[in-house]
Amino acid sequence: MRKVSFPYVGNATITFKKLMNAFGNEVVLPRRPTEETLSLGTKYSPEFACLPFKIVLGTYIEALEAGADTLVSTGGVGPCRAGLYTTLHEKILKSLGYEFEMITLEPPGRHLKELIASIKKLVNKRLSFADYYRIIRFAWKELQLLDKAEKLSHKIRPLEVKKGETTKTYRKCAELIAQARDYKDLLEIEREIELLYERIEKKDYDPLKIGIVGEIYVVIEPAANLEIEEMLGDLGVYAERSMFLASYTFYNAVMDLLRMPGERDVKKLASPYFKEMCGGHGRESVGNAILFAKRGFDGVIQLSPFTCIPEIVAKSILPKVCAKYDIGFLSVTLDEQTGKEGLRTRIEAFVDLLAAKRKHKEANKKGDVVYGALFGN
Amino acid sequence: MKIGVPRALAYYAYYPFINTFFEELGLEVVVSDPTSKEIIDEGVEDAVADACVPVKLFHGHVKNLMGRVDYIFVPRLIRVNSEATFCPKFLGLPDMLACSIENLNNMLEVRIDIAKGKRQLFSLCLSVARKLNKGFFKAWNAYRKAKESLEKYKLDFLKGAIPPLGIGVQEKKAEVKLGVVGYPYLLYDPYVSLDVIGKLVRMGAYVVTPEMVPETEKRKYARRLRKMLFWTFSNSVLRTAFHFMETKLVDGIIHVTAFGCGPDFIVDKIMELEAKEKNVPFLTVAFDEHTGQEGVNTRLEAFVDMLKRRKVKEAIVV
Ligand code: SF4
Ligand code: SF4
Repeated sequence: MRKVSFPYVGNATITFKKLMNAFGNEVVLPRRPTEETLSLGTKYSPEFACLPFKIVLGTYIEALEAGADTLVSTGGVGPCRAGLYTTLHEKILKSLGYEFEMITLEPPGRHLKELIASIKKLVNKRLSFADYYRIIRFAWKELQLLDKAEKLSHKIRPLEVKKGETTKTYRKCAELIAQARDYKDLLEIEREIELLYERIEKKDYDPLKIGIVGEIYVVIEPAANLEIEEMLGDLGVYAERSMFLASYTFYNAVMDLLRMPGERDVKKLASPYFKEMCGGHGRESVGNAILFAKRGFDGVIQLSPFTCIPEIVAKSILPKVCAKYDIGFLSVTLDEQTGKEGLRTRIEAFVDLLAAKRKHKEANKKGDVVYGALFGN
Repeated sequence: MKIGVPRALAYYAYYPFINTFFEELGLEVVVSDPTSKEIIDEGVEDAVADACVPVKLFHGHVKNLMGRVDYIFVPRLIRVNSEATFCPKFLGLPDMLACSIENLNNMLEVRIDIAKGKRQLFSLCLSVARKLNKGFFKAWNAYRKAKESLEKYKLDFLKGAIPPLGIGVQEKKAEVKLGVVGYPYLLYDPYVSLDVIGKLVRMGAYVVTPEMVPETEKRKYARRLRKMLFWTFSNSVLRTAFHFMETKLVDGIIHVTAFGCGPDFIVDKIMELEAKEKNVPFLTVAFDEHTGQEGVNTRLEAFVDMLKRRKVKEAIVV
């Protein structure tokens, strides 16, 4: 039996595991990236590789050490170099003496044949159409639930009365989802998740709102962004990110198949400043920042891995755009040396600044009223 | 009318075309000054901090032209063939400039997407000419002259000269032959790359760069990787390196790159691993605005010495 492993992608790792199991493979579960993972990856990566590259390399090494003989790489992670990414990962690992097969899942649009060939290699069990349907429906629902649990946690964390309760609830939800066996379980769990979150005691106030944009891997993987969302939540800030795994997977696969340049709004908003699609998520970063501004958010944080090209382009455009839309802007560059404490200090300062700005705005508004009352007729 | 052409990035690959074209249209072409400390400083000031040195330099060269020309030519290179595009920073170049440099309002932004070849190139030239109020025949004439001049430039390279550095056809019997690979805007800008090529030539080496290898040779290695690179210049660099390693035409390879270059972390590592496998000496030299002379000199000298010794040894073995 194949022993399959793959990059760690947050809680969705569990979904992929179940998927691979259902297809008749043994799975070597990738570990949540730790500092060790990163330093392992850094050791064997070129110096200027971006953070996602290093983390994924580290994860692969750990998986191979744990006995994996097949690595599946999701073309969806880090699209700007994705294809080459895998080629280089493979070369580096082979030069280290590991023996394994690398299977890349390419986006279906341009590489449909290759995708099918890859999937065939991964299906090691006789499955009927009904089986496929069942497996895929389950995986899809599970991804959605994971995103949902996470979104709720971001919404509720800044409002919680007892610190840490949301995080605890969220972990519980993730656990429940991990134990689900079939579609019916998931439906039940969905209701339970809503209940659990409802039960958390909440304050009633309007928290500061910050939107998070940037490169997908560091945006969706808390282990890569030093748990920035939790950090913000603990400061009483509502943080919303522009990308989620389920929507991303879906969006990418389907849009690609239909050859539709998707996310129309975001791109349209960005286009006066960012005229060309340039790989990665640079353009989306700009578009989403504008979207957040239009929705009345107080600030935007851009997460970009060091040397990430699309995000560097975005970074030179974002300050001007954010100033124009009057929304605070902070750019965070992540590499293996970024420390949690340093990040926290920067974030705290940013949050203070936004709070002051909001106060100022509110005062101004009131000022207007007073002014009107005094001098109006 | 004066048109400013920044001496940076794609300039080094295509300048005979660009300059001739605008001249033949009847414009006065002003090329920004050769890279200098001031230009680098200007660029560093305005560009985003983590940009690579070539992109910062482009900012500097644009600023060097501001106030003394009517238009500043800024290409947005998308594709020049059907197989690859350019580094995202090329794609987003005008957008970056518009946001980073204040009061820049006379960019002549030209979007270059000519994957289908000559026809498209001409219609692009025509549209640029029209923007500048020039007619069809003028455009056609300028286009033809421009093409000729680019072809001559390319031919000079193939003969063994390095025109942008003023190096004439090199002596074939040099003691060591060196493949020097990297992007044209690093190799041929002697200020940023601390004149690596000039130094090597003065050390008595015969230097071969990607531009000096015929396209047909490079094509042979297009399928070498499971997947092609996405970037035109990177493909050229990598294929040249494969060609060198396969044919053993050179004694060693030097990769000239910029610190923090996105595509190059992949390109460099692939070459390094291949070179190790094929037992070809390989050296990477990376540049940014702070790189000092001494360090580079010692490394180059050590590398060339090592190659010389190796050759002697090989000769004895044979
Ligand atoms: S988008 Fe950025 S972080 Fe992601 S693979 Fe590309 S360069 Fe790396
Ligand atoms: S290829 Fe490298 S050096 Fe050239 S612009 Fe892109 S990042 Fe900079």
